[in-house]
Amino acid sequence: MHKAKLSIALLSAAVALTGCSKQGGPEVKIGHVGPLTGGIAHLGKDNENGARLAVEEANAAGTRIGGNAVKFVLLAEDDQADPKVGTTVAQKLADAKVAGVVGHLNSGTSIPSSPIYAQAGIPVISGSATNPKLTELGHKTQFRVVGRDDQQGPAIASYLAANNKPKVVAVIDDATAYGEGIANEVEKTLKAARISVLPREKGTDKTTDWKAILTKLRGRKPDAVFYGGMDATGGPLMKQGRELGIKAVFAFGDGACTDEMAKLAGGAAEGLLCSQAGIPVAAADRKFLDAYKKRFNADPILYAPFTYDAANMLIEAMKKANSSDPAKYLPELQKLSFNGATGAIAFDGKGDRRDAEMTIFTMKGGKIEPLAVIKGGKTIPFAAFMKK
Amino acid sequence: MDTFLQQLVNGLTAGSVYAVVALGYTMVYGIIQLINFAHGEVVMIGAMVAFTVINLLAPGGLPAVAVVLIGTSAAIPVCMLVGYALERLAYRPLRHAPRLAPLITAIGLSIVLQHLALLVWSRNILAFPQIIELRTFNVLGATVSNVQVAIVAVCTLMMAGLALLVYRTRLGTAMRATAQNPLVAGLMGIDVNRVIAVTFIIGAALGAVAGVLFGTYYGIAQYTMGSILGLKAFSAAVLGGIGNIPGAMLGGVLLGLVEALGAGYIGEFTDLCHYGWLAARIDACAGDGHFILFGSNYQDVFAFLVLILVLVLRPQGLLGERVGDRA
Repeated sequence: MHKAKLSIALLSAAVALTGCSKQGGPEVKIGHVGPLTGGIAHLGKDNENGARLAVEEANAAGTRIGGNAVKFVLLAEDDQADPKVGTTVAQKLADAKVAGVVGHLNSGTSIPSSPIYAQAGIPVISGSATNPKLTELGHKTQFRVVGRDDQQGPAIASYLAANNKPKVVAVIDDATAYGEGIANEVEKTLKAARISVLPREKGTDKTTDWKAILTKLRGRKPDAVFYGGMDATGGPLMKQGRELGIKAVFAFGDGACTDEMAKLAGGAAEGLLCSQAGIPVAAADRKFLDAYKKRFNADPILYAPFTYDAANMLIEAMKKANSSDPAKYLPELQKLSFNGATGAIAFDGKGDRRDAEMTIFTMKGGKIEPLAVIKGGKTIPFAAFMKK
Repeated sequence: MDTFLQQLVNGLTAGSVYAVVALGYTMVYGIIQLINFAHGEVVMIGAMVAFTVINLLAPGGLPAVAVVLIGTSAAIPVCMLVGYALERLAYRPLRHAPRLAPLITAIGLSIVLQHLALLVWSRNILAFPQIIELRTFNVLGATVSNVQVAIVAVCTLMMAGLALLVYRTRLGTAMRATAQNPLVAGLMGIDVNRVIAVTFIIGAALGAVAGVLFGTYYGIAQYTMGSILGLKAFSAAVLGGIGNIPGAMLGGVLLGLVEALGAGYIGEFTDLCHYGWLAARIDACAGDGHFILFGSNYQDVFAFLVLILVLVLRPQGLLGERVGDRA
């Protein structure tokens, strides 16, 4: 009994102390998690910069919560893109009583960390994890501002159906959860558009020799070939397809929507059609792009506009609820309608972004170039999207 | 028909690479009854060295064929050195040890070489620079590329050269003598250790070329590429009769063909909707549906299926003689 009273007394004293501190009122801690070491450290830093910019802008604007001017502090953590480290870092942030978290970068680290944040009641918004499972876990604290893999299949398939008007499409996958998943979505969308789809062909995520499959397909004369898999296998597939004289359009998902394709398939990669979740950096809000460049002396690489929006949404929800207490501002976050650097954002019941954009690219001169943005079932040519 | 012919062309190309790699296994086995499981890794190192050299020279403006030739001639001595080092440092000290010791050493060496390559060339899939301009010819409906023709030609030449070496030269005679009975060969004045070392070196040189061919054909190289290629070539060697040089050649080509035809047609043969009495009982067959039991992702299984069948039905292989105490 005495102990409890004492701790309450101490706690209120501590609250009083921090409340009275003279440097700009109480601190609100926001966590950011991404790999800051290892192969994709540059992407982790890029994500962190996006969140940092949002926090710094909020501080400069003198954001007030609950009548006090608050100071936002970004706790940037490194999860090394490793699920094990990811959960350790998540626990660390939960123990540090952060008000909210932006991250993690990877689906692989986000998924196991999600329950930890949920247990601590801390809202977490990822700007880059696209695996559907993340929000299917059913944690109320989990959000993402980027599209899901299973929205991508329908996007590329409907673009292909509308623009290339194929009669027969061959669908191949690499027998992984990702490849098979996206290929299934594509097949469903194509069939709904009354396009004939050949029996599914499968390789593995290590296949280098696609000739047997491609030869068989060549005999059936498809107008388009869709492949669900990564660039390491997609590159040889496209190269061998062209070698065999297959003239069909090749369409791939985001696993093979990289500049690397031009190296792996050489000249054969030209004309590849592929999709990515989200919008290209260049299509983000001009004001954000300028501010980022001024602050970090570099252009954003990939998902920085998304983490910038994620951090801003946390801050915005706190302002609306007039509290940085997760339990109080979480309902505000769920129903927040926000206009960010990547466009209008609102969450659905699962915490996914409503009408998330998907971008269709084509390979031109060894680089992938955006062709069109697909949003809410509508296809907007990229030039028109940029003008908006 | 053109589909069938195309599968034959694909199989022949892959098969001739298997054949050359299989020679490396069979030569070593023939002479010291050791399955050199590290041979696949030697092939991988050949591809990697060539990749590095070709990547350096590609922007230099030399003719593409010259660049590939320089890359190959850089890979050959490196692989010869690796092959010699394996024999001298790992296998020779175990020459009179029980059979299992060198075999396990070979598996260990293969892991060591893979990880050395991982340190040097990273774990990424490396894209071979596409410098050779691809030309394709139409032969009776099948598309044949200049690279495929070159691969089959180079492999045939190498196999012919090896056959000449083994059956027409003093060195070849010494090799065959050592294979028959190393003790007696030594008494006849043959330097057995030298002959064994040379066998390893020749096998490694062939492997280097195979690695470069594989890399340029598929356009990629990775530090793990040697293991599956090695296993398939080993299966080819067993198919032809391990220890038998013409057998390895035949086995390689046959295996390539079996794989191509198998992967090309397994989907059709295991599509249960083709079989009327079954189709009526499967819902998925309604309309234009399919119910495919095994798809073409089972391509890699054929090599091992062949291996098992051979070991069960004809353990000595197609061209091998029945030798009780071997294998």
